[in-house]
Amino acid sequence: MDILEERRRSSDLGHALRTFTPSPYRGTPPLSAGALNRKVLESQYLRYVTKEVAMETGESVDLVREEASGILEEMSQNLQLGFIRLLGFTLSKVFKRLFSHININQEGLNRLQQAIQESPVILMPNHRSYVDFLVLSYILFTYDLPIPVIAAGIPLMDMKMVGEVLRRSGAFFIRRAIGSDKLYWAVLSEYVKTIVRTGYAPVEFFVEGLRSRTLKSLTPKLGMMHMVLEPFFKGEVYDITLVPISISYDRVLEESLLAHELLGVPKPRETTMGLLKARRVLEEDYGSMHVYFGMPLSVRQLTKGRVDRCEYNLLPRDLPQRPSVETQECVSWLAQQVVRIQEQSSILSPWSLMACLVLQDHQDADPAGEEHEKGLSWELLTQRTLWLKGLAISFGAHLDWPEQLPENQVMSSSMALHRSVIRCHQGRVTLLEEEGPVGAEPFTTEEGVVRRARPVLMVAAYRNQALHVFIRPAMLALAVHTVQSSQREDIYSYFRFLLDLFSNDFIFITGRSSQDFEEACSLLRKCGAVQTSQQEVT
Amino acid sequence: MASNSNSSERQRIAQQRLRIIAAHLHKHEDGNSGIIAKECKIDATGSTEENKGTVPRKRQEIMKWNGWGYSDSKFLFNKKGQAEFTGKRYRLSGMTLPSLQDWFENTFGASVKHKSPATPVLNVSAVPPPRLNEAFVENLKATGIPFSNEAEDRVFRAHGHCLHEIFALREGKTFERVPDMVVWPNCHNDVVKIVELACKHNVCLIPYGGGTSVTSALECPPEETRCIVSLDTSQMNRILWIDEKNLVAHVEAGIIGQDLERLLNERGYCTGHEPDSMEFSSLGGWVATRASGMKKNVYGNIEDLVIHIKAVTPRGVMEKSCQGPRMSTGPDIHHFILGSEGTLGVVTEVTMKIRPIPEYQKYGSVVFPNFEAGVACLREVAKQRCAPASIRLMDNKQFHFGHALKPQVSSIFTHFVEGLKKFYITKLKGFDPHQLVVATLLFEGDRERVLQHEKQVYDIAATFGGLAAGEDNGQRGYILTFVIAYLRDLGMDYCVVAESFETSVPWDRVLDLCQNVKERIIRECREKGVQFQPLTSCRVTQTYDSGACVYFYFAFNYRGLVDPVHTYQQVEHAAREEILANGGSLSHHHGVGKLRKEWMKDSISKVGVGMLKSVKEYVDPENIFGNRNLL
Repeated sequence: MDILEERRRSSDLGHALRTFTPSPYRGTPPLSAGALNRKVLESQYLRYVTKEVAMETGESVDLVREEASGILEEMSQNLQLGFIRLLGFTLSKVFKRLFSHININQEGLNRLQQAIQESPVILMPNHRSYVDFLVLSYILFTYDLPIPVIAAGIPLMDMKMVGEVLRRSGAFFIRRAIGSDKLYWAVLSEYVKTIVRTGYAPVEFFVEGLRSRTLKSLTPKLGMMHMVLEPFFKGEVYDITLVPISISYDRVLEESLLAHELLGVPKPRETTMGLLKARRVLEEDYGSMHVYFGMPLSVRQLTKGRVDRCEYNLLPRDLPQRPSVETQECVSWLAQQVVRIQEQSSILSPWSLMACLVLQDHQDADPAGEEHEKGLSWELLTQRTLWLKGLAISFGAHLDWPEQLPENQVMSSSMALHRSVIRCHQGRVTLLEEEGPVGAEPFTTEEGVVRRARPVLMVAAYRNQALHVFIRPAMLALAVHTVQSSQREDIYSYFRFLLDLFSNDFIFITGRSSQDFEEACSLLRKCGAVQTSQQEVT
Repeated sequence: MASNSNSSERQRIAQQRLRIIAAHLHKHEDGNSGIIAKECKIDATGSTEENKGTVPRKRQEIMKWNGWGYSDSKFLFNKKGQAEFTGKRYRLSGMTLPSLQDWFENTFGASVKHKSPATPVLNVSAVPPPRLNEAFVENLKATGIPFSNEAEDRVFRAHGHCLHEIFALREGKTFERVPDMVVWPNCHNDVVKIVELACKHNVCLIPYGGGTSVTSALECPPEETRCIVSLDTSQMNRILWIDEKNLVAHVEAGIIGQDLERLLNERGYCTGHEPDSMEFSSLGGWVATRASGMKKNVYGNIEDLVIHIKAVTPRGVMEKSCQGPRMSTGPDIHHFILGSEGTLGVVTEVTMKIRPIPEYQKYGSVVFPNFEAGVACLREVAKQRCAPASIRLMDNKQFHFGHALKPQVSSIFTHFVEGLKKFYITKLKGFDPHQLVVATLLFEGDRERVLQHEKQVYDIAATFGGLAAGEDNGQRGYILTFVIAYLRDLGMDYCVVAESFETSVPWDRVLDLCQNVKERIIRECREKGVQFQPLTSCRVTQTYDSGACVYFYFAFNYRGLVDPVHTYQQVEHAAREEILANGGSLSHHHGVGKLRKEWMKDSISKVGVGMLKSVKEYVDPENIFGNRNLL
């Protein structure tokens, strides 16, 4: 379902001013920012840590308390419905310019609505673009669901105005590299836990920790994860629901910025001026955005048998407690699970498939080749893309491929969307180099490298979006190829070695390697690449 | 005003009974010493001496064989569809309860049209025949201790009052294994003889006191191939002496709570130990399960009350050599017996503290806007260590339940007053009738102090938004305690199964535990296919310095379920797991029995279990006391 369609038909102002009466978990009345902060500051937990820190540093308790209060001030959100309305209005305008569609799955929203009634909900989207930040709030506002409180990085806060707008839209700000700052950890975790315990608003955070520059899923960060789950482990809430959300873009707004960052060009500081200058991105077409609300996951059910909540029985719940190894492993497993689900439910664009093939060809091509030989022929690209499409579908990928249109048209409109990096000239498809500033003809070799690399990286990023579909069968294929044996055992052990080797690059769920192996076997069997028996894989 | 009517009624019944046996009692009295002593009535065995206790050998003559309590007392829906409570024994007896039917039907989705009647009589032919140990029987006959192997006697002692046990009886199913015979020792020495014979002939003994166990503790292990003898202590029911200088009484352990209190009351004393089951449960049973009484805030729990325990084990008799009020003589050996659940031996005699009957008793109640406020108030009361003899907090569901049990009142004026009260609380004070909860209170002591104490407690309550709600509401809460067990039988007549279970938990976890356990029950029921919303209710029944005892009630309409008992057991199991995961204990006073054995290792550690095992190993290497509870 496309939520922009409705916005194109009716008044944005009306939408922004609509009556908004969400029903939160157990009908909890909203907690004002001030009340929340007081609750946090007065918590036994924070008092305890404050005293501890005072003892360690030799400062007075009052001073440390003040410090804590300062941290809280800096951190806390100040969700106000008025700002949500303002934001709603602005975003309606902006989104309509940027995107042709924002597709969401209605049944996912219904499930979410149900989940919100039953337990505190954690919204866990993947993070590909700054746009991710507010799109969920926008959707939830549109559908009369409680506006989430969002964990954001502190650089966003430093933007004039914008920081404040975000804060009032429900963002709270977390410093990067907290390290061993005990007081900061304490304030942050108590803040998060208090929100989860009261359950008046969903908590939204990016389990990957930061935007993925390569558009691949990142290995999850566990700090926030522990904080949001603790109220369940300690029995303070009956259950917690995790909702994995996959946000996919046909074209990511920051695509060029990401490529530059990967090349080592420092990330421009997030400033309001920068944002204003970036207005020109508004003038381009970014295709569709897909938001898929995944199946709500009950932490209670998932951790059954993995976590013994009794481990929390012998210490006061108000005191900090290091979770047991089993609990830590379980939390990490849960996080991997969520990211994997995000991957599985993400929507692939035709362009992602094409990117795989264009790059493959680009690597094969001889850079010194003749000018007219450069690139890939359109026919070949079409043929291979269609083959890959079939494969991807049989591997269970969700593809946004409009079947009613002729294939040629689908592909060329995808290319048109990405015309800044690719073009089709005389039946051959080639990558474009970045154009330097007009008139600045002579450039250094370094600049030359950057300019040539940029489109490759940008295309690679889109290819990366599709990798998760193929990675397991690919690992198996590699294993079969490498191991000079058809013994299932040998291949499996090599397969496991590969999973280990690439565990930082792709999301493999710990302890699931045998299922991954079976899955890979069955997929490759499906496309006729291998035959398997009890003992052998050939 | 003091509301002594409950205890005065008890006294009235007591006096009636006492008239019959007065002569017998006073015969032994030595007016000057203040000490009454009695000898073992071994010589009286087999004689025609009238049994002065409430419990006859043939329990089934006055008690239900397949339900709770006295045969003459039960709830039923009469022809007009109104609920009434039969008999004459209780304050509620003979009264109609006009709102019970509505409450019942609305709460459970049940209907008085859907009956699930119980089998009227025990099918004797279905009872497994006794496996007698002939040599044991011969030797036993020689001692003259009465015994029986009739089916009714044996089946009566094959169970406690767990739901699955009563349900099976009602369905006309018998148990896989029942005791092969029942013996009725009359005194300590009888027990010594029985245990000696049991050891000699390798017979399994299962002590049986009041039979009110709710932990499957009385069930015979099906794998037991030896002859199982149920040792019924009910005839060991005398107060052997009272020591008025030290305020202790020496009592045979088979005495049941109501008899003990009645007999002591006659002498101007009480123990103050009043578990909810006190009408039927026995002193020995209290010791064996670590019982807790409603008024423990004044009198203490059983372990605080006991001064001396005499127990017969296969190794011999265990007791201490003096009655010092406290000793440092290594680990307290009483604590091997307290909570041993009949696995080590039989408690035969107990010396316990007694107190003069309090001069003044007063009930009270406080209404709170919600459960949270109520718990906060109880916590504060515990903090200030000013808990009345009893203080209990019922949740909203129980509050409504209590109202459904209001007997019909003739006076229009009473209705009017009730209406006014309701108006005052809900309209003027803005209490939400679906949130408010009530705490019931019982104060004891001399008049002056009770009134002072009362004020202190009400003042604390006020700071938590509590409003005093009168003595009647308080008293009704405590009356409910004794009849609630009868109500389960009514439920079972109409396809509703119910059970209660308890735990103890630190103060800071009370609210979360209550909420999570209720939620778990509701969700488990849904998952297990229970088609009607279950009733889950809880109350905080005891306060301690560092925590509280929480009691849960759980009931559902089982229509549409293939095996309601199994479903029920699954849900109860899940609820117990939830309790443990929320920092609650395995049991506060019901015990472990066989029902909760599986959690013992996690509860007391492997080493702890090992310690208990080694005690069992030493005391009873042949597993003569083979009920297999606890470990």
